[in-house]
Amino acid sequence: MSGEKPILEIKDLTFTYAGAETPALKNINLQIFEGEYVALLGLNGSGKTTLQLCINAVIPHMIMGDMEGSVTVQDLDTAEYPTRELAKIVGVVFDNPEFQLSQMSVAEEIALGLENLGVAVEEMNPIIHEVLDIVGLSGLGDRSPFELSGGQQQRLSIAAALAMRPQILVMDEPTSNVDPIGKEEVFAVAAKLNRERKMTVIMAEHEVEVMAAYANRIIVMDHGEVILNGTPTEVFSQLDVLEKAGLRVPQVTEMAYRLEHDRSAHWNSVYPVTTEEAFQRIAPLFGGKHD
Amino acid sequence: MTNPVIECQNVWHIYGGSVTAVQDVSLKIYPGEIIGIIGQNGSGKTTLVKHFNGLLKPTKGKVLVNGRDTGPMRVQELSASVGYVFQNPNHQLFARTVEAELEFGPRNLGLPEDEVIDRREKAIEFFGLEPLRHSHPYRIGFPLRKLVGMASVYTMRPAVFILDEPTTGQDNVTTRIVYRLIHRLRDEGSTVLCVAHDMILLAEVVERMVVMRDSLLIADARPREVFSDRALMGSTHLLPPQITELTLRLKEQGKLPQVSLSVSESLDVFAPLFGGKSEGGQA
Repeated sequence: MSGEKPILEIKDLTFTYAGAETPALKNINLQIFEGEYVALLGLNGSGKTTLQLCINAVIPHMIMGDMEGSVTVQDLDTAEYPTRELAKIVGVVFDNPEFQLSQMSVAEEIALGLENLGVAVEEMNPIIHEVLDIVGLSGLGDRSPFELSGGQQQRLSIAAALAMRPQILVMDEPTSNVDPIGKEEVFAVAAKLNRERKMTVIMAEHEVEVMAAYANRIIVMDHGEVILNGTPTEVFSQLDVLEKAGLRVPQVTEMAYRLEHDRSAHWNSVYPVTTEEAFQRIAPLFGGKHD
Repeated sequence: MTNPVIECQNVWHIYGGSVTAVQDVSLKIYPGEIIGIIGQNGSGKTTLVKHFNGLLKPTKGKVLVNGRDTGPMRVQELSASVGYVFQNPNHQLFARTVEAELEFGPRNLGLPEDEVIDRREKAIEFFGLEPLRHSHPYRIGFPLRKLVGMASVYTMRPAVFILDEPTTGQDNVTTRIVYRLIHRLRDEGSTVLCVAHDMILLAEVVERMVVMRDSLLIADARPREVFSDRALMGSTHLLPPQITELTLRLKEQGKLPQVSLSVSESLDVFAPLFGGKSEGGQA
């Protein structure tokens, strides 16, 4: 990706919440490129949410504190542009769908954001139809958001964010309050947007096995700092560093690591991060038939 | 044979006279069992377990706790023997400090004051709540508030411990505390019912799994059997842990006799393939 211009650039970012003694973010430097699917890992309180609030300019405009360094989104310095302007570039989905839903119907929920952007009423309907279609909620426009399942509510939150035509979708543990079907739905929609529309996705998430399958980059935060930044294979191979930070790695990665370190086994290749990678490495060793 | 600590006899629960949440469930749970209850939201699992501490009474059928019909019993009578940790701790916590929250249950049981304080302190230590002991439960983050909910039930030392989605929203460090809690409860001989979507947790800690779908109990088996049954898992949209999925694929090709439920288990199986030590495992 060298030579290409990042869609998001964070330089020497340090942020301390008003009244706090220690910074929530310490000297963060990151470049994120268009079309990346970035997973943010870290314990609760490690700075993931604060970092996301800096990306959508809620920090420094709506939350008090001391910010040093810069965050640049599509060439716009977030310190100089209001959150409302950034909302056209950065869409946000929070962990609790009920937290961001307020309207009487699914369609109104989407219209609310468009209204704030000053979109004319007659232009709203096609947009509403389009974004509901993208997230698989076509035909539910008249429903109350509160009658939807958890997975549907989160997909509605995504649709509402998409209506603003963002280029970056920031998601803060979007599946922590939905059941397994809902998780599948939300991850599938995020993956589809990333794959088919080159949407840049930045997702904070605890489920490392899922992130290993979807993300092309993993950023690990610990006590306000970025401690690892690389491909899933590069990052999860650093099992000792992650464990020290209180985090786990995908089960198949741990399996390969422990075979080498605890059982004197010769894995002799990079550690797998997905089931498929592990299967490809192991299945031929059994001999006999394999397909 | 020991008597079941909880027994459901053809239990139905119909909300508002029309919504069937639990249909004709019969189930016996024995003292000391560690059981996972799985299924999608709306499958009836939370409705079912709320019958065990009297929060709900069956529309039809009977629930017996220690042989007694819960029908005429009050929640207060049952709470000493069946502890229920809500999925949402806000439904459970009410005191002004974590300390007060942890004293309420034992004091309510009529325990002497030194025992009340002893149980409070043990819970603070076990759940890592020392820095929060004087905090208002509502002013601490959701994941830690859930731990306070677990701690407050633990202070009552109920014979049956029901955990509803204990690891939801938890990170790896707080999830480990939940693992340790379940192991300790098992060592203390408690019966544990864990309603959860966290398959890694269940694969490692439970000995029996009850699967609910559309208000019906559709399976009751060991986790190894449940996770090996693709049709069953698929019908409830549940995915086995990654290591179980890997070993299931190998089993389906006739390469392994059974699936592994944890990384540790899988090491014994795979080490010999890579010239490593099997450490007396099953390889």
